[in-house]
Amino acid sequence: MRRIGSWRRHSGRVLAYGLAILFSTWVLFPIYLIAVSSLSPREAIYQWPKALFPAALSLDTLAFFLGSHGVLGATINSIWVALITLVLSLAIGTPAGYALARFVFPGRDTFKILILTTRAFPIVILSIPLAVTFIQWGLYDTLLGVALVHTALALPITILVTNSIFVSVPRDLEEAALTLGCSPRQAFMRVALPLALPGLAAAAIFTFVLSWNEVFAATILTLRSRTLPAHVLTVLNESPLPFRFAGGFFLIAPALVFIFIIRRYLLNMWGRVVK
Amino acid sequence: MAQALLLAFQTPEGGFALGHVQQMAGDVAFKDALRNTILLILLIVPLQTTLALIMALLIQAGLRGSGLFLYIWTIPLGISDLAAGIVWLSIFTERGYLNSFLRDIGLIQRPIPILSYENPQGLFLAVAVAETWRATAIVMVILVAGLQMIPRDYVEAAEVFGPGLWQRVRYVILPLLRPSLQVALILRTILAFQVFAVVIALAGRVMPVLAGEAYFWYGSYRNPNVAAAYAVLILFISIANTVLYLRALRTREEEVAL
Amino acid sequence: MKRIVYLSVIASLLLGLTGLGAACGPTPTPLGPVTFLSTQLRPVEEAEKMRKVILAGFPAKVDFIPEDTGPFTDRILAEQKAGKVTVDVVGGLHGDLPPFIEAGALEDLTPLLAKLGDRKFPAAFLELGRMGTKDKLYYIPWMQATYLLAANKKALQYLPTGANQDALTYDQLKQWAANVQKATGEKKLGFPAGPKGLMHRFFQGYLYPSYTGGQVTGYRSPEAVKMWQEFKDLWQYVNPQSTTYDFMQEPLLAGEVWIAFDHTARLINALKQKPDDFVVMPAPAGPKGLGFMPVIVGLAITKGAPNRAGAEKLIEHLTRPETQAVTLREVGFFPVVEATIPKDLPVGIRMEGEGVAKQSAAKTALPSLLPVGLGGKGGEFNKVYLDTFTRIVIKGEDIAKVLDEQAKAMQKILDETKAPCWPPDAPSVGPCKVK
Repeated sequence: MRRIGSWRRHSGRVLAYGLAILFSTWVLFPIYLIAVSSLSPREAIYQWPKALFPAALSLDTLAFFLGSHGVLGATINSIWVALITLVLSLAIGTPAGYALARFVFPGRDTFKILILTTRAFPIVILSIPLAVTFIQWGLYDTLLGVALVHTALALPITILVTNSIFVSVPRDLEEAALTLGCSPRQAFMRVALPLALPGLAAAAIFTFVLSWNEVFAATILTLRSRTLPAHVLTVLNESPLPFRFAGGFFLIAPALVFIFIIRRYLLNMWGRVVK
Repeated sequence: MAQALLLAFQTPEGGFALGHVQQMAGDVAFKDALRNTILLILLIVPLQTTLALIMALLIQAGLRGSGLFLYIWTIPLGISDLAAGIVWLSIFTERGYLNSFLRDIGLIQRPIPILSYENPQGLFLAVAVAETWRATAIVMVILVAGLQMIPRDYVEAAEVFGPGLWQRVRYVILPLLRPSLQVALILRTILAFQVFAVVIALAGRVMPVLAGEAYFWYGSYRNPNVAAAYAVLILFISIANTVLYLRALRTREEEVAL
Repeated sequence: MKRIVYLSVIASLLLGLTGLGAACGPTPTPLGPVTFLSTQLRPVEEAEKMRKVILAGFPAKVDFIPEDTGPFTDRILAEQKAGKVTVDVVGGLHGDLPPFIEAGALEDLTPLLAKLGDRKFPAAFLELGRMGTKDKLYYIPWMQATYLLAANKKALQYLPTGANQDALTYDQLKQWAANVQKATGEKKLGFPAGPKGLMHRFFQGYLYPSYTGGQVTGYRSPEAVKMWQEFKDLWQYVNPQSTTYDFMQEPLLAGEVWIAFDHTARLINALKQKPDDFVVMPAPAGPKGLGFMPVIVGLAITKGAPNRAGAEKLIEHLTRPETQAVTLREVGFFPVVEATIPKDLPVGIRMEGEGVAKQSAAKTALPSLLPVGLGGKGGEFNKVYLDTFTRIVIKGEDIAKVLDEQAKAMQKILDETKAPCWPPDAPSVGPCKVK
């Protein structure tokens, strides 16, 4: 592509970069602050005025938090639960979303709404009956149990997201595949699915994050196999500020890593699809 | 299995008498909670959608380093409302970073209480800012995904932020983006109805919201019936809302498929 | 096609992991360990002290799980309902336990008390543990605490003339806070009126008894109207962020407030961290005396506990005088049995101990109990006080009207639960009545 040195286009670029940097600062700055807070010595937390650039760094509170009972185990639990949830909800949600997008049937909108409404009911209220059911099923205090609930929570959204993605995948391509002798299943697997991958990746992030951050079901349904947010909620919510900052930061840190990984995946897929 | 689970969820909501609904409606915090929730959604959802759209277009514009920008902007996705509450509390609290900053640049002498019941607008704005920070990313991700589906000819990379931007957004991009917008809006609104951790962290009981009241009734006042009444109310409003969006942004797939 | 291969590899990898995850999910309970669920000692440092110091001498492994009251209650009730009990010992406030008694989820500990023979628990505490029954003991006292005032030493110079810091009245407290505001330009009196704060206890155990001599019966009396009037007056000097404060130690340490009322365990960090900066004093007194509220934490055993023997052994361990002394030193909860106070007590805890002693020894001391006999309605009962506060003080509604309406709500709860009056209200026949 050849640059035409138009001033207006140039200013558009500058504006775009300016905005992009502005947004980035807006996102990053609070994270910087919490990082500073969690790495400051205890006294600094209560200082006034607070220093935007810390004079001294200390790993004390963070180290105490990390070393305290159950944090490591809870982190591992969280990752497991989130992964199981991701797999389950994509495995169930993708075909469902595809079906919603491709097959016109009466009451489809109603069905969509119905799916969504299940999500609109706050999980807090359902915890007791669920706990009882889970104890009976032997799922209580297991990672699988928590993952199932998270799947149920994530599923409506996975379905809708995948639905909208398949709606956008040009249908003629699939029809072309059909005329070339693919079975509908093959057409889905070989044409629609790859085209929809970036969207599916988005759905995957969403599912993972939902599971990673879900607190209530995880609190009620587990005893020893706590997930990290549940652990933090029960333990940290009432702890002194320095620990809350450390906990807050520690909840954020894995998200940074995970989204970093997914981002690459997202962009790669995008490049391949669009060519 | 998951369907069975979903069904299991539905059972307990039946079987509560009207008395609890009356108790809810007659509660001190009820009207405020309803008003606050709706105001918050009216403010946040359009704001977030606009911001997210700008972000998505920026990504699409193919700036150098757009991968990095995308990464940074999606970070809040991974941040729970619990953590977001902690983060923003450290900023807005009386001796927090905001007041420290204002003092450093000489605007104030002593800290001004931002999170105070005497200052409901300030409280409301603080919550809105925190929520915007936390939850814009989800809308953006859906829109970015949607934008990528739009054939490149429509959104020529280098030109996205060039002249005639508004016309292109209005007449080309928005209509093509309709399915994604629909999902983003529905999702965001439904989740916004359930927000309370950030609100509680920043405003305590002073700024009640519906989901927060449900939580208090369930956890602190230990009356699951009234909590369920709140839950059903949230459910009802969410459904009404979803229907509204589906109507307003009806998708015609043929149009998109072309 | 490469993409598809790639994808299916990922999928099968993840599915493989799923299988693993399920396999390492359920944890069987071997006979030895005791599972101990508690609503107390939740803050992470205290929980660690509990695990690493207080339970160090115990012969078996203890899974100490501190838990918020809501999930705590749900957990125990759900386990009972499903008939698969995993929790052995339950530790909670007096008010945390009634829902379990209603559900028949707790064992009678009378035989255990006999085994503990020489512990010398105060009779009043044991009476509380009977939960209104004649012959059943539902919990063994474990620790106690109370609420106090803590102040930054910088505030002392503004004490009103003639005021004795160890015998303040509510009037003097107001004057004091007003003086501080005049001098510093900031409102530096603080209350824990945040979502997890214990503000309701202030009304139940301090303000109401001090002004009306009771907690319930005088709820809408002329004295109560006057009391709210004066408290609203006082509130103009209270830091408006109070409605977000859960633990007063934070704003005290940050210097946002100089004078604060809170639970001993929620002040202790400020006192431990900067013992030279703060003083502890008894709560103020009102026209009817110095109302104050001792808080009892009890230990109970669940019905069907998988490790009953271990549970009893744990209670035995925790109520030993030595353990009680260690508990005081480590987490700042006071003993319920006669224990030798360790010499190496941190200054902050000693300060609190002195404050507690002064408060209960005050001439006009008027101890109140936490609400008794309300079963699962304790939370709604607290809400009555909090709503009254919100409507009168925060929203400025008419006092008499609010009190009339809230009194009705309170009476409804008392009638539903048939709870008789508890101290400091005079005993009643039948449910307690708001006059």
